[in-house]
Amino acid sequence: MSLLEIKNLHVSVDKHEILKGINLTVNAGEVHSIMGPNGSGKSTLAQALARRETYNVTSGEVSYNGKDLLAMKPEEAACEGIFMAFQYPVEIPGISNAYFLRSALNAIRKHRGLDEVDAMDFLPMFREKLKLLDMDEKLMNRSVNEGFSGGEKKRNEILQMAVLEPKLAILDETDSGLDIDALRIVAQGVDAMRNPERAILVVTHYQRLLNYIVPDFVHVLVDGRIVRSGGPELALELEEKGYSAMEAEARSATPA
Amino acid sequence: MITLTQQLESYLESFSEFEKLAAGHALPWLRKLRQDAFARFCEVGFPTTHDEDWRSTNVSAIAQTAFRLTRNRRVRLSQQELEPYRVAGVACQLVFVNGHFARELSSLGKLPDGVKVNSLAGEISSNPEAIEPHLGRYLDIRRDAFGALNTAFVEDGAFVHIPRGTLVEEPIYLLFVSTADDAPSMSHPRNLIVAEEDSQATFVEDYVSLDGGAVFCNAATELVASDHAVLSHYMLEREHKQAFNVSTLRIQQGRSANVVSHSVLLGGALVRNNIHPVLAGEGGECVINGLFAGDGHQHLDNYMLVEHASPHCGSRQFYNGILDGHAHGVFHGRIIVHKNAQKTDAKQTNRNLLLSDDAQIDTKPQLEIYADDVKCTHGATIGQIEGDALFYLRSRGIDEVSARKLLLFAFASECLDRMKQGPVRRHVEGLINRCLFQMADSVPDVPTGDRREDTGRNWGEIG
Repeated sequence: MSLLEIKNLHVSVDKHEILKGINLTVNAGEVHSIMGPNGSGKSTLAQALARRETYNVTSGEVSYNGKDLLAMKPEEAACEGIFMAFQYPVEIPGISNAYFLRSALNAIRKHRGLDEVDAMDFLPMFREKLKLLDMDEKLMNRSVNEGFSGGEKKRNEILQMAVLEPKLAILDETDSGLDIDALRIVAQGVDAMRNPERAILVVTHYQRLLNYIVPDFVHVLVDGRIVRSGGPELALELEEKGYSAMEAEARSATPA
Repeated sequence: MITLTQQLESYLESFSEFEKLAAGHALPWLRKLRQDAFARFCEVGFPTTHDEDWRSTNVSAIAQTAFRLTRNRRVRLSQQELEPYRVAGVACQLVFVNGHFARELSSLGKLPDGVKVNSLAGEISSNPEAIEPHLGRYLDIRRDAFGALNTAFVEDGAFVHIPRGTLVEEPIYLLFVSTADDAPSMSHPRNLIVAEEDSQATFVEDYVSLDGGAVFCNAATELVASDHAVLSHYMLEREHKQAFNVSTLRIQQGRSANVVSHSVLLGGALVRNNIHPVLAGEGGECVINGLFAGDGHQHLDNYMLVEHASPHCGSRQFYNGILDGHAHGVFHGRIIVHKNAQKTDAKQTNRNLLLSDDAQIDTKPQLEIYADDVKCTHGATIGQIEGDALFYLRSRGIDEVSARKLLLFAFASECLDRMKQGPVRRHVEGLINRCLFQMADSVPDVPTGDRREDTGRNWGEIG
């Protein structure tokens, strides 16, 4: 059984159809990259899988770990092991990062029938993950993402991923806006989490991130459809030729 | 419902009877104070929405009810009934039942030498000289009818005197309990707190009700902060949802006196909280911090009048409001900078969260500046729970109710964070937590896909 099976997924936002029939199968242990030009629907796919309610699924099926993902609320999907690293992490004044992360961890542990972790037990594991992402412990007592730099926000997303240990991680343009040093730290953090039980979906516009997280499969998304799939070499081909060739290809393949 | 004439007759009847029997009725100065105030009340009557200061608050529900004084109706409560309202870690707890001091329920605890805590009625009878220089000197009966009414019926409440240089570390806690009667009843508690030079103390007024029914509590406190005094005052309103509560805190600040006022309005049907500091000495500092959270048909009105009367004074007003259901909140922040109050630094901020389409907030800054070298700023925002933040929390596994609760609490914690760590803050935190939990629980029933999620916060600057 595949971890994630998407069949003919159609998604609308504000009554505009963005995804027009996505088919994708992801197995545990695999890293897939979804690449595509701006507006092709990459982020929509990520948000729909994270079950954001403003992304309206009009048809299709998504089975995750043998369950109907489309019937789940965002928190249920999260408890079942789906994690999306946000393209634009949200600032939440008044809630400390550490408290937020422990609440999230405990919500997920509760769902899995595990004991809650108290602040004392939480700290050591937390420190270890902070080190992995080269993050200052002081950030943990600050409000969630409030006043964080772009790089700190993205690192914070990967920190959350490291603490929550998802089965399926979706990175929504985690590389955008990062300088090369920050990109390296973030990518290494993600790469360290590859394992045979975990699948990772890397949504990106550029190939650079994939130098550090080498995917098993690359899919090209154009105008709401996957127009090509291949191995890591496809990413290099895209980098060389750009998206325009494939957009033209896609246009000629689908009559208006 | 009663007519204006019936209303005045009803009050006149109450007053005539009260005046003859009240504590200190033989003292000429007190007699005059009461009579002048009652005359003033008769002259102006209850305010209407035509009055600038009452434009957003209609008190006709109070005006049209024939409330009776609770004076002749002494209710005896048991220790057990009060158990839920006891607060740990306070210096003393004075209990007032329907405005009257209940000695048997109060605990005076251990106070530093020279600190006097008594009932106002007790002090009027035993030691009126201590009261005469202050009572009614600060609260202006010409400002509004409620102040006049309170002064007309002045008799009981708390009297606190802190001598020069004295530090009272634990809070002085005043609990006002209202109980129901067959007929609508009113009480007019009056507190007089005099803190001498260089003293420090914390006071809490906590308003609760034991059962439902038409009760009208019209409280007033005169707080005298002499030179270099450092005082904190808490007003906690958590009566039942039919109660009427009008309260006025009149603060008189001396040179370099520092006063922090916290108002937390969670209960009551119609609540009006007036905070009126006068920064009379140079270098005074005043922080007015507030949180109001209402649902159903609650009306919570916060009125501030900050008077800068001396140079180099600073004042800060921070109020956060959370409104659900058909609740109506009011923030009216008035700042007057008198002519000689140069180098005044005044700031006010009011932030509001509306959780339903029918909730309403009126926010109104009003600055009157007669000096020319001052800094005055104000800002107000009105928004909803941010859809992005809600989704962010949920996408990490936190269920919707908990996520809403976290966001509401984060919003309220801005006010909590201005309170000093200690027993009162823990107490207030517990009250806010319970209140917000109920609010977060009432998840709006909007069909999926049609949520007004992405409208975001819409923080619009007003003014």
